[in-house]
Amino acid sequence: MTGLLLSDPLPGLVQGAYVIAALCFIAALAGLSRHESAKRGNVAGMAGMVIALLATFLLAARNAAAGEGRPLLPTMLVIGAAMAAGAVIGTIRARTVEMTGMPQLIAMLHSFVGLAAVLVGYNSYLEHGHTSGAVGAIHDVEVFAGVFIGAITFTGSVVANLKLSGRMRSAPLVLPGRHWLNLALIVASVALLVWFLADGRGAGEGELGQGLLPLSVMTVLALLLGFHLVAAIGGGDMPVVVSMLNSYSGWAAAAAGFLLENDLLIITGALVGSSGAILSYIMCQAMNRSFVSVIAGGFGSGAAAGGVAGEEDQGDHREVRADEAAEVLARAGSVVITPGYGMAVAQAQYPVAELTARLRERGVDVRFGIHPVAGRLPGHMNVLLAEARVPYDIVLGLEEINDDLPDTDVVLVIGANDTVNPAAAEDPASPIAGMPVLEVWRAREVIVFKRSMATGYAGVQNPLFFRENTRMLFGDAKAKVEEILRHLSAEPQRASESSRAS
Amino acid sequence: MRIGIPREAKPGETLVAATVTSAAQLVKLGYDVVVESGAGAASDQPDAEYRAAGVAVGSAEDVWAAEVVVKVNAPTEAEIGLLRPGATVVAMMAPARSPELVERLAAAGVTALAMDAVPRISRAQSLDVLSSMANVAGYRAVVEAAHVFGRQFTGQVTAAGQIPPARVFVVGAGVAGLAAIGTAIAMGAVVRAFDIRPEVGEQVESMGAEFVRVELANEVSADGYAREMTQEQEQATAAMYDQEAREADIVITTALIPGRPAPTLLRAGTVAAMRPGSVIVDMAAANGGNCEGTVADEVVVTDNRVTVLGYTDLASRLPAQASQLYGTNVANLFRLLTPERDGRLALDLDDVVQRSITVVRDGEVRWPPPPVPVSAAPAPAASAGSQAGEPAPPPAPPDPRRRWYAAGLGAVLFALVAAYSPPVFLGHLTVFVLAVVVGFYVVTSVSHALHTPLMSETNAISGIILVGGILQVGSDNLVVSVLATLAVLVASINIFGGFLVTYRMLGMFRRG
Repeated sequence: MTGLLLSDPLPGLVQGAYVIAALCFIAALAGLSRHESAKRGNVAGMAGMVIALLATFLLAARNAAAGEGRPLLPTMLVIGAAMAAGAVIGTIRARTVEMTGMPQLIAMLHSFVGLAAVLVGYNSYLEHGHTSGAVGAIHDVEVFAGVFIGAITFTGSVVANLKLSGRMRSAPLVLPGRHWLNLALIVASVALLVWFLADGRGAGEGELGQGLLPLSVMTVLALLLGFHLVAAIGGGDMPVVVSMLNSYSGWAAAAAGFLLENDLLIITGALVGSSGAILSYIMCQAMNRSFVSVIAGGFGSGAAAGGVAGEEDQGDHREVRADEAAEVLARAGSVVITPGYGMAVAQAQYPVAELTARLRERGVDVRFGIHPVAGRLPGHMNVLLAEARVPYDIVLGLEEINDDLPDTDVVLVIGANDTVNPAAAEDPASPIAGMPVLEVWRAREVIVFKRSMATGYAGVQNPLFFRENTRMLFGDAKAKVEEILRHLSAEPQRASESSRAS
Repeated sequence: MRIGIPREAKPGETLVAATVTSAAQLVKLGYDVVVESGAGAASDQPDAEYRAAGVAVGSAEDVWAAEVVVKVNAPTEAEIGLLRPGATVVAMMAPARSPELVERLAAAGVTALAMDAVPRISRAQSLDVLSSMANVAGYRAVVEAAHVFGRQFTGQVTAAGQIPPARVFVVGAGVAGLAAIGTAIAMGAVVRAFDIRPEVGEQVESMGAEFVRVELANEVSADGYAREMTQEQEQATAAMYDQEAREADIVITTALIPGRPAPTLLRAGTVAAMRPGSVIVDMAAANGGNCEGTVADEVVVTDNRVTVLGYTDLASRLPAQASQLYGTNVANLFRLLTPERDGRLALDLDDVVQRSITVVRDGEVRWPPPPVPVSAAPAPAASAGSQAGEPAPPPAPPDPRRRWYAAGLGAVLFALVAAYSPPVFLGHLTVFVLAVVVGFYVVTSVSHALHTPLMSETNAISGIILVGGILQVGSDNLVVSVLATLAVLVASINIFGGFLVTYRMLGMFRRG
């Protein structure tokens, strides 16, 4: 056993396993390009993870067998116990999470990666200390960068989790001179890095020196920075923040990979890092805003100026009752449903799915139009609708559905506001001007499900509500959709009569 | 307060100012409503149904004794005499074209609100009777034309030969024009349309018609209506009208300028050059007509057998719906005038909509109202500014060479770093850079619907940092061991949670 572990081909074998695992991870992401291959991709990812972990066990066992550190058995037991505990917690969370709670869960998982990166960075330093020469300097920078990014990811994700689960106010925290504060934190961290490097040059090979002091001070600063960065961003920008933290967690893993000279970690970190960065970029484009302005939390202050414009009298809105809405839907030939965060809040996806099924039985062409930033997570609406068993081939994106909206009889806006605001397309003074929106007002009739006339997170009044072809259906989205369902099933007779008459 | 709905005095008028439905809405606002017996008969609104809806039916005296009288057509001299002092009368009055009516109303000491003076702002759309009437009239114009036109609208290829589709030319793409376009298209005709406001071309095309463009400079008017063209512009468009009319089987003209006679667009010569059997519907007949030879309320057949329809009562030819729309506009107006929903009319002259429709207030002439800029038109200041000065030059594109400089600088810096870095580090860096590129291409192709699973998937695989923890657990240093164990714990939560949640989500996506 020990002989086998200490044999020469083993390190090569482990490296080979890492290459295969890396390929599996790439296949996992590539599989997500289409629904058909997505499940296969996930299986590839799991397989890659199993291969990588088995290889790492072997490596850890080999180290132990070679007499480095603790003995073999206790080491493996500790690893096994920790992993088992993590597996139990992770499985329970994954099984019990509501699909509407997905953003919180993902933010929480990001924080774990950040925490792990911090711990791995500290360990690497505590175990090996400073190294001399250029290798040492690079190693020190790697430790520093890994801990820095990991710490930001950790507190940032915790704050995002708290905001998304409503345990912290989602309004942006606006401190005076907050940009300067961020900058000061970064500059201070760089200064601490210089100290750390200087300490490394002074210390001998493998010694800790005084490095723990700048390292831990920097960690505190980075934790603060992560907290402040995300606390300053409003709840509505959370899709960008979550994908940005996703990106950070990737870079943190990559930094750990450099630290441990482990190519698998580097590859995986780079994949995750670029994935999150691209998602953030897509989100920002969908909101027509620069990444910097989202991260700097500029939206809250921008809306204040626009709020004045929103004050102007927009006129009267017209209300509609659920039974009238049911009648309109029964008569319609084509219906487009544009859900927003409000649908998630009201948990209305199941009645909406049933409404869809019922209307499709009657031969109504029902489709969904999903704005890229609807919800609190990229693709949030798709997941909710999938949970409620809405077929994915009738769930379309912004560009796909916009051209068809003028030919649509009825649009149901369920809990969406800013993503269907005509001001974005028509009012250059609006704070959301230029943001691509679902042009629902071009449809023949629009029914807006809303709790009240309050504005969306952008704080901008929505002229859609005052359009001639718009009617408002006030109340809880779930209750109202269920009411429509009742009326629909109560009048199958009338519907068939009118179709005969025409 | 009591609202009276009289029978219309105008001969042949079929409309009524309140249908059963809209009268019930007025009742809901707290008013007593009395309808003159038989007022709704021509619009299929029998007295019995009014009564059933809680609306009183009375004689002409009952109606004219009410505090508020709502009509469709402007009150006649005799009717003004019937109004009691201090009463309010609501009707379509064309105040700009009928100064003597305004004076008579003022002399009677009443308050007069003109339904047809509603400003064209989005807030007031629900009371805009001109739009509702024009919509109905545009539809009816096509129906009247089809009735007179001796052929089908749709083109057909049959065993007995080919029938070409009718060609319809619509002038003016306001509400009436757009309604006419939609109706003609629905009947199968090929429709072309023109409007001197080039910005409405998109609306015309959205209805399925072809927009005829004349290269002309024309400013946007501040009140949302087209303005009368200058002499020079008129000459430039005249040729186009001539050309289009000759090619068309049916011409529908809707060009109106508020408070002014309608512009003459089709000269006698053009009409004479049209094919026999062609039809012209002049929807501007009431204001003098867009066509030379139009006679209001009459059908004129020219020598070359072109029929010119000058009906001014197109909306009244669809009485039930036109009354319903008019009544709803009236009900919306009273909703605005009765903020307390207590059946008491409160006229607020600070409100721009109410100010605009108030022609006479308690015997005092308040016409014309101050102009209201429409929400549809761009700010006039902006257009004036761009005409006055040179348009601001677009920001200069960044110097393309700058990118090269930056790239060169980056390369040099990187070369310096690389030269002093150990080869092991560079090897890892290569892997890193390539992985970023691979990640970019792989993730760019991920479908938007799968972005949430993508996120949980990347989350799961970033748990690979577990590898680092596992290798450190065996360390001699107890602190390192403990920290590493903690890292293993949290990273495994990530791996298991991430993969499972992805698996769960992907299982939900299914094809219909």
